[in-house]
Amino acid sequence: MEENSITVVGIGNAYRSDDGIGLYVAKQIESLALNGVRVVEGIGDGFALIDAWADSDHTFVIDCASSGAPPGTTYHFDALCESIPSNLFSGLSTHSISVNEVIELARVLDRLPHGLIVYGIEGKSFSAGIDLTPEVRQGANKIIGRIVEDIDNLTRHKVTGDDNA
Amino acid sequence: MKSRTIKVDYLARVEGEGKLYVKIKDNTVADVRFSVFEPPRFFEALLRGRRFTEAPDITSRICGICPVAYQMSSSQAMESVCGVTVSGPLRDLRRLIYCGEWIESHALHIYMLHAPDFLGYEDAITMAKDHPDVVTQGLKLKKIGNDLMVLLGGREIHPVNPRVGGFYKVPTKEDILRFVEPLEWALEASLETVRFTSTLPFPEFERDYEFVSLRHPDEYPITEGRVVSNKGIDISTDQFLDTFEEIHVPHSTSLQAKVKERDDYLAGPMARYCNNFDRLPEVAQKAAKEAGLSEVCTNPFKSIIVRSVETVFACHEALRIIKAYKAPDKPYVEVPPKAGVGHGCTEAPRGLLYHRYEIDDAGIIKDARIIPPTSQNQKAMEVDLRQFVQKNLDLTDDKLTWQCEQVIRNYDPCISCSCHFLKLDIKRD
Repeated sequence: MEENSITVVGIGNAYRSDDGIGLYVAKQIESLALNGVRVVEGIGDGFALIDAWADSDHTFVIDCASSGAPPGTTYHFDALCESIPSNLFSGLSTHSISVNEVIELARVLDRLPHGLIVYGIEGKSFSAGIDLTPEVRQGANKIIGRIVEDIDNLTRHKVTGDDNA
Repeated sequence: MKSRTIKVDYLARVEGEGKLYVKIKDNTVADVRFSVFEPPRFFEALLRGRRFTEAPDITSRICGICPVAYQMSSSQAMESVCGVTVSGPLRDLRRLIYCGEWIESHALHIYMLHAPDFLGYEDAITMAKDHPDVVTQGLKLKKIGNDLMVLLGGREIHPVNPRVGGFYKVPTKEDILRFVEPLEWALEASLETVRFTSTLPFPEFERDYEFVSLRHPDEYPITEGRVVSNKGIDISTDQFLDTFEEIHVPHSTSLQAKVKERDDYLAGPMARYCNNFDRLPEVAQKAAKEAGLSEVCTNPFKSIIVRSVETVFACHEALRIIKAYKAPDKPYVEVPPKAGVGHGCTEAPRGLLYHRYEIDDAGIIKDARIIPPTSQNQKAMEVDLRQFVQKNLDLTDDKLTWQCEQVIRNYDPCISCSCHFLKLDIKRD
């Protein structure tokens, strides 16, 4: 497994309650210290996402969704095969572009990584504060399990050399 | 009686939330409103009672695209209250981080927000399909600006390293020299940007603006200077409120600024360029002339070329500072608090940013006043709209609406910055 060939990017604002759920997931993954996995947090400029995954084979992006679905609802997108609905994620700030927009820009410019999985978790509260709503945290914990599984599969895939099959 | 209404309920490719409304009656523009409906954020009230050293960090939160401007104007104001001057390498580093902000902000606006207007695309993503090299160049240029902000600020959005008196930590010569190569590329790319923007199709429109900007004896203005205009203003920053006033209009949460004795004025790249063409380095002057710009540009649609010329300047200036840099002995100058009033005025990418603070002996902020560039330009935007529509009544509604949006985007408005304050009039019977 090459170093940093998998990147996990958590997006959000830790001080706006559930908006920080992407960062929570990234932190949990980081604490597992998985071999070959680089964790990136605190991206404020949407365009920086393109650089965040530039040197990776596979990238996971986790962000809080705000679409009106029940809190804790989880979403999974394979960004190489499908577009992300534009009403799911808000902009990283009013000064920047949203996750779906930056992915579309990277697609046009041929700057997507070989694998890009986007996970969303529907938030409930976006008020000032660092507490996560329990059902949102529950959704996030499910996603952590799936990402760990995905990483495990990717790693085994690579070690057994299936890549060249 | 024939009437037409041009309405855009949510302006795209501007920072923040605004809308515009134009009413035409009998071939005459009857009403023009550029409305900011973003909620006010009350930053000035939030600052009262906080320590004077907190102002740079608090006010930088006003804007994610020009936080350095807020840090510099507030620091300068606090230093002026306390009678401290920041000079030498620390002053140069302030200019350098500001160059980073100009590069990233101008590149974002030129390539991602403004160029699609001229080439007929909805946004940068659709433009990238036909012009991938142009967009890639814009992204790379923007990143170099961001990287400079990370070097000196710790991060590109809301930097944490600048402080009253200087910085918490300064880079080594070795750290800073790593930027020579990227900036040499950026200088070439910005020259290419001037050439590219000069070929865009521009609507015919000129206006007799009052251009207001800083002017410095030796430098193209970024961090300091007198406040001047092409119509006779020449004041020190502490006279700002004697010369300009802000008014509240019912249709906007953002105050509108005007020259007290006259009317609307324009701040930003076109104003700086007009008032300071002679302060630009030769490379930028030459690029401007080759692009067909004279020393004064009065077509607001051509602000995209002026912004590109300023990007050339910012890259050139950053290289000059980096090559001459010698790390200071200490990253900041001590600023002991002293009771009084201070003013700070610097040039944010989109125009003049004024701060005024009153602090007490213990350094507690008693009063704060912030006048951001988009408030200053708001009235000029409405006058542009009125005159532009009047001259282009023969355009179809679709085309006219598109170009009216362009009139606003010419300013690279930062709407969130502009509405930190709302005047409330409560009437009781």
